[in-house]
Amino acid sequence: MATNTLSTENKFTWGGGKSPFSVSYGKLMMWIFLLSDAFTFSSLLIAYGFIRYSFQSPIHNEIVKPLAHLSDNFVEQMQQAGLFVQDHWPSPELVFNHFPFVHGMHLPLFFVSLMTFILIFSSVTMVLAVEAGHRMAKDEVAKYMLLTIIGGAAFLGCQAWEWSTFIGEGARLYENPFGPKSFAALFFIVTGFHGFHVFSGVMLNVIIYLNVLNGTYEKRGHYEMIEKVGLYWHFVDLVWVFVFTFYYLI
Amino acid sequence: MSDHNLTHNHEEHEHHEDNFFSKYVFSMDHKMIARQFLITGIIMGTIGMIMSLIFRLQLAYPDMKFPFLEGVLGHWAKDGKLDPNFYLALITIHGTIMVFYVLTAGLSGTFSNLLIPLQIGARDMASPFMNMLSYWFFFASSVVLLSSLFVDGGPASAGWTVYPPLSALPSAIPGSGTGMTLWLAAMILFIASALLGGINYIATVLNMRTKGMKMTRLPLTIWAFFVTAILGLLSFPVLLGGSLLLVFDRSFGTSFYLSEIVAEFAGGIERTGGSPILFQHLFWFLGHPEVYIILLPALGITSEVIATNSRKPIFGYRAMIGSILAIGILSFIVWGHHMFITGMNPFLGSVFMLGTLIIAVPSAVKTFNYLATLWKGNLHLTPAMMFAIGLVSFFISGGLTGIYLGNAALDINLHDTYFVVAHFHLVMGSAAIFGMLSGIYHWYPKLFGRMMNETAGHVHFWLTIVSAYCVFFPMHFMGLAGVPRRYYANTAYDQFNVFVDMNQFITIAAILGGAAQLIFLANFFISIYKGKRAPQNPWNSTTLEWTAPVEHLHGNWPGEIPHVYRWAYDYSKPGAEEDFIPQNIPDAGQIDPMEEAVGLPEPSKKSVQEPVMA
Ligand code: HEM
Ligand SMILES: [Cu+2]
Repeated sequence: MATNTLSTENKFTWGGGKSPFSVSYGKLMMWIFLLSDAFTFSSLLIAYGFIRYSFQSPIHNEIVKPLAHLSDNFVEQMQQAGLFVQDHWPSPELVFNHFPFVHGMHLPLFFVSLMTFILIFSSVTMVLAVEAGHRMAKDEVAKYMLLTIIGGAAFLGCQAWEWSTFIGEGARLYENPFGPKSFAALFFIVTGFHGFHVFSGVMLNVIIYLNVLNGTYEKRGHYEMIEKVGLYWHFVDLVWVFVFTFYYLI
Repeated sequence: MSDHNLTHNHEEHEHHEDNFFSKYVFSMDHKMIARQFLITGIIMGTIGMIMSLIFRLQLAYPDMKFPFLEGVLGHWAKDGKLDPNFYLALITIHGTIMVFYVLTAGLSGTFSNLLIPLQIGARDMASPFMNMLSYWFFFASSVVLLSSLFVDGGPASAGWTVYPPLSALPSAIPGSGTGMTLWLAAMILFIASALLGGINYIATVLNMRTKGMKMTRLPLTIWAFFVTAILGLLSFPVLLGGSLLLVFDRSFGTSFYLSEIVAEFAGGIERTGGSPILFQHLFWFLGHPEVYIILLPALGITSEVIATNSRKPIFGYRAMIGSILAIGILSFIVWGHHMFITGMNPFLGSVFMLGTLIIAVPSAVKTFNYLATLWKGNLHLTPAMMFAIGLVSFFISGGLTGIYLGNAALDINLHDTYFVVAHFHLVMGSAAIFGMLSGIYHWYPKLFGRMMNETAGHVHFWLTIVSAYCVFFPMHFMGLAGVPRRYYANTAYDQFNVFVDMNQFITIAAILGGAAQLIFLANFFISIYKGKRAPQNPWNSTTLEWTAPVEHLHGNWPGEIPHVYRWAYDYSKPGAEEDFIPQNIPDAGQIDPMEEAVGLPEPSKKSVQEPVMA
């Protein structure tokens, strides 16, 4: 009788009595939450697309070459040259062209590429933490979680620098020397909302990291919690890829 | 009757002490949370209804003074005359309360919470804690919304759809100030509640079904709640995004929703570059699925009530699941039918029109299946059954006008008239309220362990259905003649003077209908304490919730959770002794819950075991 039950049970994945996806309800809930969060981000990105395409496309820049000299009144120069105008979306590479400690050089999108690299790298360390969790290797989990936290914090630091540079040049929610006001407003909201997610992720990671050090998961017998925050972290990373593509590249 | 696998082992209900707070207030038990949602929903519904009576009074007697109104509303009704601004506030809050607070949270919150664990055979929700949070976010949201009635300038007045610029410029009309801010705060709390609830419902249905409860054995209620939860999960976030941008427009000087035209009308303010139509897209991406979030649970309840009380299997079980899924999917691609005349590209209009008209197909499938289930059934006309049949009636009469409104060319004429008000009050308002009432009458024994009074239920039903038709049916004619919705007094236009009598008729019917709800309220609250004790299975139903004891206990079943051997609709099976076979009863020879039941139950339990031995 027992064998009979077992064999039919395997046939009926959806037959009840167990999870059809072979995941715990906690992990399933994280997936479902991420699905809905994806829709929140989509709504903001769609708003971005809707507003962006009500303006004309960026004017192609042939004046400033990479590594060229950047004068202090670069924004005014561009306004005069007709590259930053009210009815054209500004070209992101002319807006985001600074790099910390490097003054007077046109470095289009160098910094944001570095940020992207940092964030993706922190996803890699997260994967390594999850993998170490499967082996119940507490010290390794702790090490990679710490690296992930550092990566996330570094990303947030970079974002803070980018925001303050942008604001320093006169951008506000309601003001934008580079062209249409919506450009700045959307920048703050989209990257801000993403940054808020990164911030929450770092906080979660810190809590989990402390739990790892305390041996909570070792006592529990599994490191599933790492997988759950891992899902969240990869999601935040994936969203950044979209933000980066839409906001900076096209 | 169903002690088949209830081995009474008492370990399960040895529970830590319950004090008043953990039992009634911060309860994590899904049955208590269901009652909390229901009672909050009923209170909100009463408030929303009273509001509608106040503005109906204004529409019927625009020139008359009602001194008692000043007593109730204070400076909003000086000398007994309703303030025009407050009229707008009332319809806005009425719509918001009815749509979100009563028919979304009150309906899904109550019945998903009550029935999902009980009908799928689970001890509770996947995360009882999140479930509790979901209720308390809803509660906080209700409080914030109601508090906006007392602020300077009054509550939000831009309509329940809160279109910019009235919602985006705090100085546009009185209600655009603090009232609108509170509306947005309430809505953000509400969305949090809806998401917490929805995540839970989906995870519970997928992961926690008892053995043998295949997806194709689920009662249709569960299918409806499941798809509803998915709709909410995917559409509320979009309203969240839209509201966030609105908050920035209001308070931080951005202009996502403010365009040149708006800026010019608002006195040449420096706010351009956005578009109010963007908000409409984001809003209706939620807004249309929202009407199915309201309707699907009501339809699910109806399926269950009609099958049980016709003593017949539901007609076309798989077609019902298919149509729920089809409606769910289609509901995401038709939102533009609310925007035919916004200046949207006419080509897009025809795409949205096509999608809209296609929804008529699964809707018709559902209607015909209901009718076919009723056909030649052994009808037990309980109050629940009456309300379920009432729902079918409203679903037809209101659904038919949807075909007119879904037509882009006709909508040019009908948009924003009372035709629309008539349509959605029938198909969404009345139908869903009837579904909810049907559910309350049907599952009251499960909720409170007592029975409601049947006679009062029948009186309530007849008064309600007659008054609902008297209120909403004449509105079609007003709409066809061009009477616009959201207007304070139609007598300002000569051509609408012909409707003075009709308006008075509608208002009198509405007051009678409102009075009929007092019968319901009395029946509901008195029965909690004084009702007849409920038997184990009052309606001779097949579903699992009736195998759980009448008294609520943590974990629902005292012993093991029953296994499921058959679908939910084995009513009047030829050859069977009784006219229903509960889901947890195996057929002769059926040992494994996964196998389909084909035969008939043997008279005694013992013989069920025998073939195994042989
Ligand atoms: C109690 C019986 C009800 C009566 C007498 C009633 C009456 C009305 C009337 C006359 C209006 C139009 C006001 C105007 O345009 O000036 C209205 C608006 C509305 N009602 Fe009801 N209603 C009732 C119940 C409901 C229910 C159950 C729902 C649930 C869906 C509902 C949802 C709405 C909505 C969404 C609006 C539109 C508000 C707006 O224009 O922003 N109502 N109601
Ligand atoms: Cu719609």
